[in-house]
Amino acid sequence: MYLYSLTLQRATGAVCAVIGSFSGRDTKKSAASGSASTQEIAVARGSTLDLLRPDPETGRLRTLLSVDVFGAIRSLAQFRLTGATKDYLVVGSDSGRLVILEYSPDRNRFDKVHQETFGKSGCRRIVPGQLLAVDPKGRALCIAALEKQKLVYVLNRDAAARLTISSPLEAHKSNTLTFSLTALDCGFDNPIFAAIELEYAESDRDPTGQAANQAQKLLTFYELDLGLNHVSRKASEPIDNGANLLVTVPGGGDGPSGVLVCCDNFVLYRNQGHPEVRAVIPRRADLPAERGVLIVAAATHRQKNLFFFLLQTEYGDIFKVDLEHSGETVTELRIKYFDTIPVTSATCVLRSGFLFAASEFGNHALYQFRDIGRDADVESSSATLMETEEGFQPVFFQPRPLKNLMRIDEIESLMPVMDMRVANLFDEETPQLFTACGRGPRSTLRILRPGLAISEMARSMLPAEPIAVWTVKKNINDMFDAYIVVSFANVTLVLSIGETIEEVSDSQFLDTTHSLAVTLLGEDSLMQVHPSGIRHIREDGRVNEWRTPGKKTITKVGSNRLQVVIALSGGELIYFEMDMTGQLMEVEKQDMSGDVACLAIAPVPEGRQRSRFLAVGSYDNTIRILSLDPDDCLQPLSVQSVSSAPESLLFLEVQASVGGEDGGDYPANLFLNAGLQNGVLFRTNVDMVTGQLSDTRSRFLGLRPPKLFPCMVSHRQAMLCLSSRPWLGYIHQGHFLLTPLSCDTLESAASFSSDQCSEGVVAVAGDALRIFTIERLGETFNETAIPLRYTPRKFVILPKKKYIAVIESDKGAFSAEEREAAKKECLEASGAAENGNANNGDPMENGDGQEDGAEEGNTFPDEQYGYPKAESERWVSCIRILDPRSRDTTCLLELQDNEAAVSICTVNFHDKEHGTLLAVGTAKGLQFWPKRTLAAGFIHIYKFVSDGRSLELLHKTQVEEVPLALCQFQGRLLAGVGSVLRLYDLGKRKLLRKCENKLFPKTIVSIHTYRDRIYVGDMQESFHYCKYRRDENQLYIFADDSVPRWVTAAQHIDFDTMAGADKFGNIYFARLPQDISDEIEEDPTGGKIKWEQGKLNGAPNKVEEIVQFHVGDVVTSLQKASLIPGGGECLIYGTVMGSVGALLAFTSREDVDFFSHLEMHLRQEHPPLCGRDHMAYRSAYFPVKDVIDGDLCEQYPSLPADMQRKIADELDRTPGEILKKLEDIRNKII
Amino acid sequence: MQASDRFNINSQLEHLQAKYVGTGHADLTRFEWAVNIQRDSYASYIGHYPMLAYFAIAENESIGREHYNFMQKMLLPCGLPPERDED
Repeated sequence: MYLYSLTLQRATGAVCAVIGSFSGRDTKKSAASGSASTQEIAVARGSTLDLLRPDPETGRLRTLLSVDVFGAIRSLAQFRLTGATKDYLVVGSDSGRLVILEYSPDRNRFDKVHQETFGKSGCRRIVPGQLLAVDPKGRALCIAALEKQKLVYVLNRDAAARLTISSPLEAHKSNTLTFSLTALDCGFDNPIFAAIELEYAESDRDPTGQAANQAQKLLTFYELDLGLNHVSRKASEPIDNGANLLVTVPGGGDGPSGVLVCCDNFVLYRNQGHPEVRAVIPRRADLPAERGVLIVAAATHRQKNLFFFLLQTEYGDIFKVDLEHSGETVTELRIKYFDTIPVTSATCVLRSGFLFAASEFGNHALYQFRDIGRDADVESSSATLMETEEGFQPVFFQPRPLKNLMRIDEIESLMPVMDMRVANLFDEETPQLFTACGRGPRSTLRILRPGLAISEMARSMLPAEPIAVWTVKKNINDMFDAYIVVSFANVTLVLSIGETIEEVSDSQFLDTTHSLAVTLLGEDSLMQVHPSGIRHIREDGRVNEWRTPGKKTITKVGSNRLQVVIALSGGELIYFEMDMTGQLMEVEKQDMSGDVACLAIAPVPEGRQRSRFLAVGSYDNTIRILSLDPDDCLQPLSVQSVSSAPESLLFLEVQASVGGEDGGDYPANLFLNAGLQNGVLFRTNVDMVTGQLSDTRSRFLGLRPPKLFPCMVSHRQAMLCLSSRPWLGYIHQGHFLLTPLSCDTLESAASFSSDQCSEGVVAVAGDALRIFTIERLGETFNETAIPLRYTPRKFVILPKKKYIAVIESDKGAFSAEEREAAKKECLEASGAAENGNANNGDPMENGDGQEDGAEEGNTFPDEQYGYPKAESERWVSCIRILDPRSRDTTCLLELQDNEAAVSICTVNFHDKEHGTLLAVGTAKGLQFWPKRTLAAGFIHIYKFVSDGRSLELLHKTQVEEVPLALCQFQGRLLAGVGSVLRLYDLGKRKLLRKCENKLFPKTIVSIHTYRDRIYVGDMQESFHYCKYRRDENQLYIFADDSVPRWVTAAQHIDFDTMAGADKFGNIYFARLPQDISDEIEEDPTGGKIKWEQGKLNGAPNKVEEIVQFHVGDVVTSLQKASLIPGGGECLIYGTVMGSVGALLAFTSREDVDFFSHLEMHLRQEHPPLCGRDHMAYRSAYFPVKDVIDGDLCEQYPSLPADMQRKIADELDRTPGEILKKLEDIRNKII
Repeated sequence: MQASDRFNINSQLEHLQAKYVGTGHADLTRFEWAVNIQRDSYASYIGHYPMLAYFAIAENESIGREHYNFMQKMLLPCGLPPERDED
């Protein structure tokens, strides 16, 4: 079995982010005011690197570029050489290499400027890559590992102003851990790097534990002597043992230099030879006393004469840190409560007054500063620091609604996908993906549909059902459209576009008939084609009318800016051209053999008089290309036969290769698109010279014949295909994508551009006129989110009613009633005591729980503030029944008594008394450290009541371990209870044990069944294949895996095969060899005799791993499904970082050969951006086997044209054929 | 040192031990071995961000806290070292 792996939705979480002027371009605005260039945000999302640009006008973030780097990005830094205007991006990854990238805005890609190898690949303890610091003046950078190694590179420029990099200088120290690394801002003095270090050598040797107790974290300064080209450990000073993060303090005239040391509960200011300035981080009043407050993200804001830091704690509170200083002496450090936003993995302050917050889980956000925290608020300062016998006196505060920040944009993130199912619950054309995402109060159940989201701007009712719509400009140089013309069955309605859209009658358009086409002709005249003629409206208001001869009527029209072709009833073609004086002149006539089905003229090429190609579709299932050149006018150039009569034709120019933002240098390819009557979209390449057709591709779009309309998407020509649902064909980052739109059937559409909406679409559907814009281009899915209460663990779809049952549980949180009570108490308390007053030492038990945001608006939602923290051994959990159509929760059972739901399944017991029941496995008092312990495990059996909308507990059975897996099997319930597989039957009071097997190695995490086989996934030991013998009532293992796999997800593929994913980011298929499988099936004892002779504690037979692939992300769910109607099944997976991917099995050997060769060439010719070897990455834990990486193959279109040709030659194909292959295989998946 | 010495197995091992922390040797104790494994594991958890997130979800802590905890655990990953026999 060979598989093609394709990421459908790239990772949406964020590992780290930096801000810089990577394009080095000035915005129009800032160029005028003379200020600095635009800023972009580089975001690492695991194995992809994204470049985002905030649009200061709309306040939205736009993805400029997203590159798959086939490696794990662990750190990013940005720097600029003195005097330059452009920033470079430094990437620390698992490649054992340092990579410096430069963004090229013209070609819209990252160029690798330097790649310096320093160590082995992989995320290792002593190979640098985890920590990265760059001198603020861009003179040197330091890359460090968690232990021992630090390498310093000197950056410079050569005579041609190119960046140069030195060989590395070592600053290693053995047996030393590095917690954080940063560069000091010391102007143009020698660059200095600061690190938090901890030495462990002594502790390892001292059995008394004294050395470990005395282990002291050190703040170490490394100075790079630029003159001597040498790094020295300049100073090493003890610091607070809770230190975890360093933040550079501006220096060199702008500030005092030095570093902020963020520690558990404190922030310190330190510099060489400067006394420590310490201030305590204010605590949330409801925080349990044993919990510390740790800073997890930091951002610095710098402008002239002002700098401050925004530090975010692990609870989401942001503090503004100010330094009072005179010269290089810091006198006071103030920490003031700023605002609370969801916990981030990185925050960036933009100069334009925005804050980008990359959330660690859930959606990212862009905030705008309303204020910079100048008002009085809870504040702690080094000046008022109080030390008592019990330590430093804390300061308390209560989170409050946002005051300084305002959220203006949100970027969807699925991170983490906890569980996923593909099903068509809404009876739509394609199935939906149901994903349980997020954590804690920000959890959601998201319904993903393949396609682009639209946002409707206007919708108005029309008097009748229109059949077509057009928009026209009055002049070719106009920015915006002037009219919307709507044609009904026998009238035409003209609407003018202004502040509002209203009907006009002075447009000179003929309104007493229906229209066939309305366009701008030449520079500034308008044309309306109606059944009985052509009406040409000149700019000065003169109207020329051409009438059809005799009783013939015009049936079809094709036109571009200068040429018009009409087809008369009976099959006569008449060709018009616009002459120099702006007159529309008849040029040629031609009789076609039969009626014309559709017509299209290619757009006029730049700098030409006319386009050469006319496409004519006929009812005899052919498309002809006719010439429009004067010497062979209307003579056929080529013919293409198609599977069904064409309904609509459109020429579209497609950039063959990646172009820059401004179009690029590559020649465009002309594509002829045809919507056929059988619902297929047919695309073929038209040779620009001969008009020959080649490289045909077809795709089924829907049940109605697709009608094609041109439109504009990000300033480029795109195509709307209206079938039973609308599709958009457009170019995104060098790829041509054909994606469905998430809206209902449209009749006709046209592009729309006005003051309010620069790139929209106007469409008619039914009797409505709709104006909408298309959002989030490049995304594969659009989502609808349903909020949940706690982290969703698993869910099942209840097949009959199409409801969803979700189990949610959270560790270390208060139950809903407790939160409710605490909130009440807090409200009462806030009346008496002023917010945040620290009147006594012991923290009050306060909370601010609010359920589903349904309460009155005086409190703030938990989604923003998180649940109050409880003791870590407490659990809260609930079981929810959800109606996905109405998005209502029909039943919510909160579990009591510290119980947490861990597994769920539906089960039909064979006595059929109750019908379908819901089984939920729970654990009471579950703890992970130091070992997994629990008070008790339970299996709850629920009965569905009130038409499946609600649950009623039937009974509860205690078990001795955590029941992590449940599954129905032959009218009974199979449960994996710890390491025991047990078969239960339903009793009156509890479940009845029928049979068990205790021979599983660790903990059972998944159970799948097929016929009499049971496939069990073990937490650490991969799959075990079992059989149940009914006559002997025995469960036994007949085969297992020889590889220790930490199974996180499993899916049954066929009788002998299981697909699994492990904790380290691998997907694998385990298959029982055919002969062994046959032997077991034929054996009257079912392999049991052999099983009794099992050797070395294992099963007698071993499964083989037939497929192996490193995804690079923890896969949490696997599902076999088909995402397109009539498509083959593929394996869909969801990951912790919020990506969704698919593995498709190849059906022909030829394709396997082709793609493996393409992959091989791409590995050689186009190695991954961050220096990781592609093959090594995909084989990070086990050698990759029989999987072709589609993500690498899909980078082919982004190669330079000559490289594309070179690879194509090696493969004995043309680049067009390769692109077609790539498109075809993608279309088989989605 | 003679040229041939450079290639003998012992000097190669010494070189490896100096260069790569955690390279084993004949007298390695069970404790030392375990400590190395644990430190390598923690470093791997920290380096692989999805894994760190996976732990963070299980423990309902922030990823930053989980990172810090793992770093702290690298000091004494297996508790105190056993008493050594004096010889």
